[in-house]
Amino acid sequence: MEVSTFFFYLISFLILAFGILTVTSKKIFRSAIYLLFTLINVAALYFYFEYNFIAAVQIVVYVGGIVVLILFSLFLTHQVGSDLPSSPLSRKIFAVLACLFGLGFSFFLTKEHIFQKPAEAIDVSMKYFGKQMLNYGDGGFVLPFEAVSVLLLAAMIGCIAIALKTKQPNNRTTEQQTIK
Amino acid sequence: MFVILYSMEVKMSYILFVGFALFFIGAYGFLTRRNLITMLMSVELMLNAVNINFVTFNKYLHADKANGLFFTLFIITIAAAEAAVAIAIIINIYRKLRSIDAEDADTLKW
Repeated sequence: MEVSTFFFYLISFLILAFGILTVTSKKIFRSAIYLLFTLINVAALYFYFEYNFIAAVQIVVYVGGIVVLILFSLFLTHQVGSDLPSSPLSRKIFAVLACLFGLGFSFFLTKEHIFQKPAEAIDVSMKYFGKQMLNYGDGGFVLPFEAVSVLLLAAMIGCIAIALKTKQPNNRTTEQQTIK
Repeated sequence: MFVILYSMEVKMSYILFVGFALFFIGAYGFLTRRNLITMLMSVELMLNAVNINFVTFNKYLHADKANGLFFTLFIITIAAAEAAVAIAIIINIYRKLRSIDAEDADTLKW
């Protein structure tokens, strides 16, 4: 077995092991930390494919952004250290059966399928991404880029609007009275 | 260091299997967890599984273009927006109900 193959199996094992720990851990804080390790290992898989820019984005956005956001909301809403309530056994059994069926179905579907021949690889550097992202000609991605920009703006405004502390109705009436 | 790692020796279906397995691990978590934040974590796992599959298809079948990689980038962006909105909603629910259990949030149920 080559070294690269060994690395692939190691990374895949870590991804799946930490993924399983994420969804089965009793303590919610540990669950978040296992999610962090899963995401780091997915970034390692991208490094393995030599897509360094995607791996960097994965680390910056997921590991640095989303997991920290989740940890913050954990500290705001939980007493860290208390156990999560476990769901009923019947639900667990049916969830396992459904997931195993889906996994087997999709795996055997792709295992038997004959894919086309691979094409010649191009150099996907960061420069290439920047150029394609703002390219409005053939094969450019300026439209989804703009759509995602608008989506991010809308999400930001939506977050502020949702998370704003609404004043109690009593306070509001007293304020209005004082203004009058 | 990472340049020497990759070789075409690993079969494509094995890498796709990693993506499928991670997706269904996330689905299992989504079905069994009742806490809103852990459900959000399961959704993140599923999105990551989809990203792995996109990158694999790009590497093995369409290496002359980078469409799969662009999809991955956009999915990561949308996942960030989704997580931010979801956490704003969760914190708002916690303020109103003092709980983030999915079964306690039944104010809209009549």
